[in-house]
Amino acid sequence: MTVTTVTPPRLAGSPEQGEPRRRLRGTLRWLVPLGPALVLLVIFMAGPILWSVYIAFTNETLTGAASVNSHFVGFANFVKLFGDEDFINSFLLTFIFVIGSAVIGQNTLGLVIALIQRGRGRVLRGVVNGVVIAAWVVPEVVAAACWYSFLAEEGTLNELLGSLGLSQDWLFSAPMLAIILANIWRGTAFSMLVYSAALSDVPSDLLEAAAVDGASGWRRLVHITLPLIRRSILSNLMLITLQTLAAFGLIYALTGGGPGTASQTTPLYMYEQAFRYFEIGYGSAMALVMLVIGAVFSLVYLRLIKVDA
Amino acid sequence: MTRVAARTAALISLALITLAFLGPFVWVLVASVQPEANLSAKPTFEFSFKNFAAVLNWETVYHPIINSIVISGGTAILTVVVSGLAAYPLSRYKLRFKRHFMLTLLFTTGLPVTAIMVPVYSMFFRFNLYGSVPATVLFLAASALPFAIWMMKNFMDGVPVSLEEAAWVDGAGWVQSLTRVVVPLMAPGVAVVTIFVFVGQWGNFFVPFVLLDTPEKQPAAVTIYTFFSQYGQVAYGELAAFSIIYTAPAVVLYVAVNKYLAGSFSFAGSVKG
Repeated sequence: MTVTTVTPPRLAGSPEQGEPRRRLRGTLRWLVPLGPALVLLVIFMAGPILWSVYIAFTNETLTGAASVNSHFVGFANFVKLFGDEDFINSFLLTFIFVIGSAVIGQNTLGLVIALIQRGRGRVLRGVVNGVVIAAWVVPEVVAAACWYSFLAEEGTLNELLGSLGLSQDWLFSAPMLAIILANIWRGTAFSMLVYSAALSDVPSDLLEAAAVDGASGWRRLVHITLPLIRRSILSNLMLITLQTLAAFGLIYALTGGGPGTASQTTPLYMYEQAFRYFEIGYGSAMALVMLVIGAVFSLVYLRLIKVDA
Repeated sequence: MTRVAARTAALISLALITLAFLGPFVWVLVASVQPEANLSAKPTFEFSFKNFAAVLNWETVYHPIINSIVISGGTAILTVVVSGLAAYPLSRYKLRFKRHFMLTLLFTTGLPVTAIMVPVYSMFFRFNLYGSVPATVLFLAASALPFAIWMMKNFMDGVPVSLEEAAWVDGAGWVQSLTRVVVPLMAPGVAVVTIFVFVGQWGNFFVPFVLLDTPEKQPAAVTIYTFFSQYGQVAYGELAAFSIIYTAPAVVLYVAVNKYLAGSFSFAGSVKG
């Protein structure tokens, strides 16, 4: 952004202003247009975050005695949290889900597609982009329905595998693999678009010069292309981690966290505790842990990109 | 590896990737026009719009879609108006806190909205807002604002200040200047932000699922989920037809703004800043 010096619109014929009134007008000049946004952000974003900090330390529930009269319980929710096997299970599953579907799956596949698409014809790129982006544009509930039909016992995959004798209920035998594949399918477009944009900034004469010097395609990739786009790689990793960490609808609609707790990631466990058992205080403690993790990744992202604000 | 072999390998891998991405779509497309569809995509020579006809009624499709339009549309309009106002001082004035404010907004876009839902639900319950569509729209608008303000400010920065100066000479205040000069000049930007927010909310499942209490208020995202989570009694062909009807607007709107969104990906990776 270029810094713009602005002559503020003046009221016609306004008399000489005293210093305090001038300052007030200066404040109102930005406060009035920013006001509605500030009000909404404070009530509906900052409010809930602060509220979660408060209720995470209470025994707030929506049913039973504590719903009328919740009180401060100190770190009890957090002590319970880190001794809760189901929470630790959900945390590990979330970790596997993020590493498998975002860091390895979407990131690598997005980079590979962007790399091999470079320099291909427009039609080919259009078709590949179209299909990959379509999976991204589809609402998550529809994506879940697509994958459900693909992996279910009477689904398309078993129909294809039928003669090989491998048919099984994939959502039952491999629920984590199912949600990881579904999320790779849904999210790869984002990484692909980020890397296509980044690769278009890699100067082609540099690659050509290296090719003339006899560097193989692999060496050009490792020694020239990847170092040049490393900031994009890192910030892409942060962004997709943030998106994947909080994934709910896709998993909930596809496996519901099951069978049992076999694919119950932390957002689903939080949902179960807070909205099925109405343990709001306990659910908030979990929410707070997720917010802190999200905040750390978000801060790292801010450090990585060069923002011009 | 020779050039020809490398080229062939690249084309084959692109073909395989495309097929793999197409796979899960096949069922929806095939089953929607099969009268006796089941869960696997088996192309047959039967073809009919029976499934579409079966779901095109008030309860199944029209009402949820209208709810979706009201919720997503209300959120989009509110977000655009509020972020447009907010972007004006951020784009035009020299403010001491501007950089910090913009960075805080960017930081907020990274926070998982899913995690905020427990306290939001608890707040809605306390203040008797649980089940209220307007309150849900206000929350959705607030959650869309940080990114919308960023986009709006970037589009507004592209409108030269010199064009406003003429209006100021004529005695226009910032309101006239914004509505008569700036907004018309950044109309494509306003459209992009509107569509971006609309499509985002169109697919939103978790927020209405948690904050709205009765099926009559739920948007299509939740209705579809209810439709297919009742295993055993699912009419798969109808589910596929409903999915297509619900997905179509998102796809059409995405295609409309596709060109303008390209720039935001080099921003996300921010090589240029």
